[in-house]
Amino acid sequence: MVLYTYDGSFEGLLTVVFEAYERKAWPDKIEPEHQAQPLLLGQTVAVTTDDAKANRVWQGLQQRLSAGALRSLYHTYLWEQPGFEMLLFHYVRLAFSSPENIEGNFTADCVLQVQQASKQVHREKHRMEAFVRFQKTQDGLYYAAISPDYNVLPLIIDHFQKRYADQRWVLYDLNRRYGTYYDLQTVTLVSLEKTDLPVKQQGVLQKSAFDAEEAKYQELWQVYFDHVNIPERKNPKLHLRHVPKRYWKYLSEKQPRQFKT
Amino acid sequence: MDNKITDKLRILADAAKYDVSCSSSGGKRKNENKGLGNAEGMGICHSYTEDGRCVSLLKILLTNFCIFDCAYCVTRKSNDIKRAAFTVQEVVDLTINFYRRNYIEGLFLSSGIFKNADYTMERLVRVAKKLRQEEKFNGYIHLKTIPGASEELIKEAGLYADRLSVNIELPSEKSLKQLAPEKNYAEVLQPMGAISKQLVLAKEEQKLFKSAPAFAPAGQSTQLIVGASAEDDRQILQLSNQLYKGYNLKRVYYSGYVPISTDIRLPIITEPPIIRENRIYQADWLMRFYGFDVQEIVDEQHPNLDLDIDPKLSWALRNRHAFPVELNTADYELILRVPGIGVKSAKKIVSARRFAPLQFDHLRKMGVVLKRAKYFVTCQTKSLQRQDFDSHYIRQKILFGGGSVRSALLTQQLDLFQQAS
Repeated sequence: MVLYTYDGSFEGLLTVVFEAYERKAWPDKIEPEHQAQPLLLGQTVAVTTDDAKANRVWQGLQQRLSAGALRSLYHTYLWEQPGFEMLLFHYVRLAFSSPENIEGNFTADCVLQVQQASKQVHREKHRMEAFVRFQKTQDGLYYAAISPDYNVLPLIIDHFQKRYADQRWVLYDLNRRYGTYYDLQTVTLVSLEKTDLPVKQQGVLQKSAFDAEEAKYQELWQVYFDHVNIPERKNPKLHLRHVPKRYWKYLSEKQPRQFKT
Repeated sequence: MDNKITDKLRILADAAKYDVSCSSSGGKRKNENKGLGNAEGMGICHSYTEDGRCVSLLKILLTNFCIFDCAYCVTRKSNDIKRAAFTVQEVVDLTINFYRRNYIEGLFLSSGIFKNADYTMERLVRVAKKLRQEEKFNGYIHLKTIPGASEELIKEAGLYADRLSVNIELPSEKSLKQLAPEKNYAEVLQPMGAISKQLVLAKEEQKLFKSAPAFAPAGQSTQLIVGASAEDDRQILQLSNQLYKGYNLKRVYYSGYVPISTDIRLPIITEPPIIRENRIYQADWLMRFYGFDVQEIVDEQHPNLDLDIDPKLSWALRNRHAFPVELNTADYELILRVPGIGVKSAKKIVSARRFAPLQFDHLRKMGVVLKRAKYFVTCQTKSLQRQDFDSHYIRQKILFGGGSVRSALLTQQLDLFQQAS
């Protein structure tokens, strides 16, 4: 039994692949350092992330796979579900051991699973792009807190940077406790962990921090949402399929009405 | 809260909601001026109404004052409702503030006709122009083209809008005359033709000069009301077919008539024909993405779509000689014609079979739905079902067999029936 540990980064995981090939010792398990339990039997290899090694693996993959398949691999990393490291490893090994491109081979379990994981991540990414609601603060910053099922924040930055090039904004992942800030020039990672706030209040803005017109536009949006509906066509099942309840917390139109309808 | 603007939004959203188009895709407008918004590529539904329709755009009328009296329309002049009108600036402010908060992809602006067509069209264009030029807005704009508006105004509209649309509304000239006495087909088709002409021109110019201005890059669409007049599905689909081919339309939308009026010119119905509308959309998809000819879907013997089963299954049951399809060898186009197999599944099948001979187990893992398909396919000559069932039997099995969506409803009905006897 061989266990590889790494620092949890994507480059770290690619370094693990490099080391496994170098040692010709295929992993039975790959785990982030902070989660790994020491093995009673077998060998533990603690891998230090090495950009050069990670790059060589990535370049090797670039020769064998399309950009779409590489994206799916990165998605699988962000998917973060148990066993994703080994899934990635199996896929990479299949890619390196086959003479032809394997990304369309849906009869292989790892190819199918990577495709499915990537689809889930992509869907969550798309939902975040749709369901994020910015709130304007007094100093003109647009703020949105999110808590996506998968770690999709790195995937949505580009979308919001292109779209809101002329406004300052922050997207903050409440679960993973990091965020991104766009200052009209570049996007930087931000963390609120150093602040004195208790964990539960990190990333949650007080009502007094909002711009004077913020409440007005939230209400106008609620009014619009109520009046674009056609009651004769009511279809709750379809509605829930499109907007599962776990996303309602983001949506101002799903919050209680403060005005008379 | 500002009550005036709230009231206007209530009235003018209510009046616009029967226009079903909410697409925000297909634009190519990039944010290159460090302005606001980006409308390249995929559309996004930011919310869904309780009836399950996508909310992607701020869809409103500029005003619901109207000089026309179309029977099927809430805004018709003889209807006793509250009237309101937005100013150009109010629409701009709403759009920008909703967009900045990520509520919408852009604006869908239509209007009742006040004074005359050009006067109305000119106001719509002014909103779009202001958004583009003063607010540097690159989000999506869909403008309704008013029948009878001049070609110059349509040309200008196309410079600012991503999509233009003229609603045909009724599937035949006869119905249009009956229900919308002030309108005629010529007036509707004329702007549609003008848009189509400009679309072609702009494309040719862009081939020559990269910097040539884009004209409505997301193309044009139209809407037909289903169930407000007597046309059968065949007439409707043939019209759509002509529109797709003759006017380069991106989409024809179908709006099941919602009984909003008690006008004597209209049929008396209590519920909108939602299933019929759905079947027509399915048929529309078959024409656009599945390589079906309109004649194959509806013909003289079958002028209306079967409401119980989807049109592809219906076609397959009428054409059993084309089946079974062997999934390991059949052409992609033929696999697409198997009931229950969509574009994604067909592509996966064609891709995966290059690596290994496919078995039914592979298909299940890939997520190919076999409920309907199993009667029409083989995998390495094996079949999950006997292939000699007659069409009627297959139809019954799919509708009422195990795992069918309807079986719960039907068993309930059967129980009641048995109790009664």
